[in-house]
Amino acid sequence: MGVFDPIIELSRGLGETLRSFLREPTVTVSYPEEKRTVRPRYRGRHVLKRYDNGLEKCIGCSLCAAACPADAIFVEASENTDEKRFSPGERYASTYEINMLRCIYCGFCEDACPTEAIVLGDNYELSFTDRKQAIYTKDSLLEPVPTADMLTPRKTEAGVFKRSVPEMKDPTD
Amino acid sequence: MSKQVNLTIDGKPVSVPEGTLIVDAAKTVGIDIPVFCHHPKLEPAGMCRACLVEVGRPMLDRATGQVVMENGQPKVQFMPKLETACTNRVSEGMVVMTTTTKALDGQKGTVEFLLTSHPLDCPTCDKGGECPLQNLTMQFGPSQSRFIYDEKAHFEKHVALGELIWLDRERCIQCARCIRFQDEVAGEAVLGFDERGRNTHIISLSDPGFDSVFSGNTTDICPVGALTTADFRFGARAWELKAQASICTQCPVGCNTTLNTRREAKAGGDVVVKRVMPRQNEEVNEIWLCDKGRFAYHFTESKKRLTKPMIRKDEKLARASWDAATKLAAENFSKDKKDFVVLASGRLANEDLFNLKSLADTAGGTAILYSDMGGGDVTAMVGVGQGTNIGKMGKGDAILVVASDLYEEAPIWWLRVKQAADRGATLIVANARETKLDRFAKFVIRYSYGDEVKTINDFSNKSKISDAFAKAKNAVIFYGNDGLGLNGSSVLASACGELLKETDHVGKPNNGLVGVWQKANDQGAWEVGFRPEADLEKALKGKAVYIVGADPVGDSPLLAKALNGAKFVAVQDILETATTEIADVVFPAQAYTEREGSFTSGERRVQRFYPAVPVKGDAKPDYAIASQIAKQMGIILEGSSVRVVFDLLVNSVESFAELTYEKLAEVHGQWPIVGRGDLYYGGTTYENTMGLGAQLPPVAQNGKAVHIPKVRKEAALRPKEKELLAVPVNKLYDLGVTVNPSQGLKQRVGESFIALHSDTAEKLGVEAGAQVKISFDGVNGEAIVKIDDTISTGVALVPRSMGIAIREPVVAKIK
Repeated sequence: MGVFDPIIELSRGLGETLRSFLREPTVTVSYPEEKRTVRPRYRGRHVLKRYDNGLEKCIGCSLCAAACPADAIFVEASENTDEKRFSPGERYASTYEINMLRCIYCGFCEDACPTEAIVLGDNYELSFTDRKQAIYTKDSLLEPVPTADMLTPRKTEAGVFKRSVPEMKDPTD
Repeated sequence: MSKQVNLTIDGKPVSVPEGTLIVDAAKTVGIDIPVFCHHPKLEPAGMCRACLVEVGRPMLDRATGQVVMENGQPKVQFMPKLETACTNRVSEGMVVMTTTTKALDGQKGTVEFLLTSHPLDCPTCDKGGECPLQNLTMQFGPSQSRFIYDEKAHFEKHVALGELIWLDRERCIQCARCIRFQDEVAGEAVLGFDERGRNTHIISLSDPGFDSVFSGNTTDICPVGALTTADFRFGARAWELKAQASICTQCPVGCNTTLNTRREAKAGGDVVVKRVMPRQNEEVNEIWLCDKGRFAYHFTESKKRLTKPMIRKDEKLARASWDAATKLAAENFSKDKKDFVVLASGRLANEDLFNLKSLADTAGGTAILYSDMGGGDVTAMVGVGQGTNIGKMGKGDAILVVASDLYEEAPIWWLRVKQAADRGATLIVANARETKLDRFAKFVIRYSYGDEVKTINDFSNKSKISDAFAKAKNAVIFYGNDGLGLNGSSVLASACGELLKETDHVGKPNNGLVGVWQKANDQGAWEVGFRPEADLEKALKGKAVYIVGADPVGDSPLLAKALNGAKFVAVQDILETATTEIADVVFPAQAYTEREGSFTSGERRVQRFYPAVPVKGDAKPDYAIASQIAKQMGIILEGSSVRVVFDLLVNSVESFAELTYEKLAEVHGQWPIVGRGDLYYGGTTYENTMGLGAQLPPVAQNGKAVHIPKVRKEAALRPKEKELLAVPVNKLYDLGVTVNPSQGLKQRVGESFIALHSDTAEKLGVEAGAQVKISFDGVNGEAIVKIDDTISTGVALVPRSMGIAIREPVVAKIK
């Protein structure tokens, strides 16, 4: 090995660095001022979805809690009335809690949900200062509504929202 | 023993008694045939067609009637079409195939057909997770339907059949299990089908809706979520519930129950009882439970629960420490030993009563049972023999029910006695008024009030009825205090005891006397030595009273007056009552759901219950509180382990001598097999894994001399021309503290009433529905008049625990 060999190798390496610096696009973002968009099937914090009319999709069936391998979900159901309606049909979740410290973001709850009410969203910014904060209640999980008159519970016309589970359609093929 | 029949099911040889259905025969060897309408406790119906199997029978030669042999084997001829396993009874040499392609195709097709109009709203259905239709669809059904979803029949989601049971007509598969249960088992045909075809649905035929105290059982055996209880509506999912074995505390039957519990946000994060389910015990409650037992558990979670010991300070009850409270009580109890009275009720467990009795005895006080019914010493002598099972009584046996309205007092006994009558047992009902059991009785004796004992004594005269009773293979007498007070029922018990002894119906299984007590463990209280007191007012006045599990102040103004004149009143209970309000010191006790112990049923079966939910506040079990007070009085009683108290009880109470705590937890196989993964077979009843209990042998069975205690009979009051006789009767849903907190049952309680014959009412100048004032012996009350022409004239029936303090027949005035 010649005397200049290390210098040649070093400059070749630095040259590569210099070329990347000038030509390649930037891959880092300045988080938190800038946020990277997540992949379409990213599994972040859960969101409880609503129908277009603002009624909650969740019917409190507790299947998500049954599917949860980490036992992170707790659901308690109550009965809807037309005077005080949360969701279509007879049943709604009066308590819905997810312990985010327990959650492993596997998405089984999403798979188990018969009404597509619970969906793993794109929020990954979860931090807590105590354990109690890690328990997300129904209020914090529910999707916001565009207008205040769509909030739940609300009074609905009698006899319209009779079914909890959307009607199954005949296979079309 | 009936003839055994041999057959083969899926290649397995099976031997079952003649008359067994194929589906039941298969069950005995562990082969499950899918069923919906079939239930082992009901007659076959063949309505759902899910149990299709291939059945082959040995071919008979038409000429000789002999079995045709082929290669040394009987030639089996299979029917060209599938047959239902639930309607065909086994025959010799039968060959059944349940898993052939043909059979499976048939079963699959039936399930597919049943689902054509099922809404599939399992996520919101209370049955989801323990649903036979779900399970059988997974196991036998098709993965896809060939039917059109849009053609599903839709009805309004739920309708209330009654206050307690709700019906979802879409989910119903028309198996008629509920209708058949009401017709065949309960004997109250209050349900029926309406409309036809796809519109067929269940309706209630009674007013008020679903008027039966057994209605809850239909939700257990319903194979879909069509019938659900209003009480458990959306309460929890089946898989989230924990189960703990318990014993019902509502009446002396001692039904085995399972408490389903869950942590609940609505209850502030506490673990609470969500529902009470029956637990199989074929010798006690089979797989049934009455509505009171099923829905009246709410009192254990009432807001009125006592959670801290309290001492009266400046006219007000103030929180105190256990030490201070027990010390205060102990000081007052020890002041004058003769003035120390323990007043306890049959609400308590055997161990509590034993400790309280020991405390009273050692301290030199008296132990009084809070009850208006006597005869527990007679049942200890000639009670039903060990091994008694009313479910096995039938043809050739006799059952006499005297001065008791079993339907209102002990519904499950009513059910079992009724079924024994269905099987051919001679049922004799003796009462002064019409009861629901009369319909099933072979003989009805209608005596007039005051003639109860005479009626029993008349059995020694020759008559058709006395003959039927005397000659019966086995005979059981149920006696109660319907229309009687303490003295009346004590004399009646002795008379019944004498009759059984004379006719030699004592000391054997299925023979003897059963007391239809007011409380679950009155028999246990008698066993450990508690006795009721005829003049309770005198016994309490001026004394230092220790009241445990009773509310005398709330029950009677006379007792309230007596207790106001007491030197010192210590009250130990689970709930705030009128008695705790006048107490000098209050001890919070644990409810039966929070602790363990044992009860003695009316059939003298000792059964254990187990803790299901955490203790409320600082409450302690009754036996432990008694021990703590005893300690302050210088008396040593066991107070930390129920087991040890039970062992001491066994050593000192003779009738318990053969028992051990472990023996009570023993189980053996029972038929029908229920409560396993195959919920479609027996319903959602729980299998018994925590103990069937053990029956105490009566003295008559131990081969010792039987002495029926003689009770001095007081002159019985009889209705007279110019007087009105008020008579106490028993009612299932009353204003008692255990019923009231249950929203569903509350609606069935009704108003305080008195029942009069129309002639009596006319004479008194009152009309049906009128509000009247009734007064007797210093008791005043208001009630609505009901007209009942089945009762005799000159009497007014006054229900117990309905606001009017009546303990025994008494001359009354009505305004």
